[in-house]
Amino acid sequence: MNEFIQNLIPLVIAVVGSMAWLAVNALVLVYCERKFAGHIQRRPGPFEVGPHGVLQTLIDGLKLMGKQLLTPDNADRFLYWLAPILSMIPVLLLFMPIPYGPVLTGMEVDLGLLLILAFSSFNGLALILAGWGSNNKWGVLGAARAVAQTVAYEIPLLLTVLAIAFMTGTLNLTEITAQQAGHIGNWFIWKQPLAFLVFLVAMFGETNRAPFDLAEAESELTAGFHTEYSSMGFGLFFMAEYGYMVVICSICSVLFLGGFHGPIPGIEGWWWMLIKTYALLFLMIWARWTFPRVRFDQLLNINWKWLLPLATFNLLATALIMKL
Amino acid sequence: MNALRKHVIQPILDCWSLLVGLKITGKYFCKPLITVHYPRQVIDSENLSTYGGHVELIGMPKDPATPKCISCMMCVTNCPSNCLKVVKSKAPTPTPEQEQAWKEAEERGEKVVKPKAPKFPAKFMYDYTLCSLCGTCIDNCPANTLRFSSNIYWVATSRKEMHIDLLARLREQAAEVSAPAPKPEARPAAAQKEA
Ligand code: SF4
Ligand code: SF4
Repeated sequence: MNEFIQNLIPLVIAVVGSMAWLAVNALVLVYCERKFAGHIQRRPGPFEVGPHGVLQTLIDGLKLMGKQLLTPDNADRFLYWLAPILSMIPVLLLFMPIPYGPVLTGMEVDLGLLLILAFSSFNGLALILAGWGSNNKWGVLGAARAVAQTVAYEIPLLLTVLAIAFMTGTLNLTEITAQQAGHIGNWFIWKQPLAFLVFLVAMFGETNRAPFDLAEAESELTAGFHTEYSSMGFGLFFMAEYGYMVVICSICSVLFLGGFHGPIPGIEGWWWMLIKTYALLFLMIWARWTFPRVRFDQLLNINWKWLLPLATFNLLATALIMKL
Repeated sequence: MNALRKHVIQPILDCWSLLVGLKITGKYFCKPLITVHYPRQVIDSENLSTYGGHVELIGMPKDPATPKCISCMMCVTNCPSNCLKVVKSKAPTPTPEQEQAWKEAEERGEKVVKPKAPKFPAKFMYDYTLCSLCGTCIDNCPANTLRFSSNIYWVATSRKEMHIDLLARLREQAAEVSAPAPKPEARPAAAQKEA
């Protein structure tokens, strides 16, 4: 019993920490995204609320919470409201096995990578429930679109991750980080450059980010699966999306960029992890404000004709080299 | 060879173009902002000169309160949105004494010069709510008396206020030019940028 409680306390701390981390990230990232977009277009971005608009996202969040929660007529109430929750809850879990620092790991799991991949797939389920439960044809079509995309992009993502798993012989993220200790030359980006590129592209597709944001396209197409959601229903999807972005960028830095290890031996710590993750996040934001959206058939073609063969090739090559 | 080009070289070039795109937006990211924070700064005259606001009249060089307009109606005929209304001036109605004098002169066999209608219009109304700012009126005006204004800070609270009497506006502008212009409260953006 005592041991149980001893195990429970860090877990609770980790969950609360993840929640805080998720909320802070969502606020900061939305602000950064808008500022970044503004500066690329040579305008100031949010500017009025707080110095340089730093409180803008906070206020927007409050506004979002103050809005009325609507359920469309004849919608499946249960599924309709389950969807945003289902989209949000797994994100908290996804932060658990990620080693943010030598001691800053929520939960040491031997199958950490598998856990992340498994639970991130919940998002697809949430999207389809949202679309289906909305009693709206655009919702259903949007959900079909979104699921076709996330499921498709999950495959190359899995294959690249598998290549890393082959190479390291473990699914434990802490262990994978440990194998990249030392200087920058030990990072897996040098050993698996192709996997890194495929992962990078699949990352955009998996998180519904531009140029692969056909699942949402809030401003131009009918918003897709979340057409009917108002207030925090939409807010939860929105936060989950930013959560997934943080998770996938963290995983990318753990798998390819050495996690919390610095480029030169001796300096390591959570700040390295933070720098790498945020660098990747900024790359995603940068790409969003640079590239035009692809067409849906192009989106799927990129995946099935390029990413999948490349990832498969990479996996087979890794297996071959490991065997020799 | 063609297949190699299509399936290997082209995709690599395509990927390269993505990097070029990133470079361009990255460059713009680093450039200084060009947006003017309106209530704190005002647009400087250099930028205002390129602004195309509503249509307005240009006065004569010597008499800025009178337009160069010759009431030819070209602008009215060519406006696709039908938002201009020009009323020609009429000749001044002669007083009975004048009429009498003309009659007498004609009877004597002299040539009578009756005052003609002035060329400039009596009324020049413009409905900004309909205008598509296409510039057709400006292009078609033989007297070159129309232009886009740089009236950027103009707002109205009703549609009615957007029906502008361009002649009155011209007179106001002429009066403003002759009187010293009031100092703007906010500094121009250019000055603030340097500061
Ligand atoms: S700009 Fe075009 S629409 Fe406006 S008044 Fe001139 S001709 Fe008409
Ligand atoms: S503004 Fe120009 S086109 Fe219009 S009536 Fe006068 S002279 Fe003619």
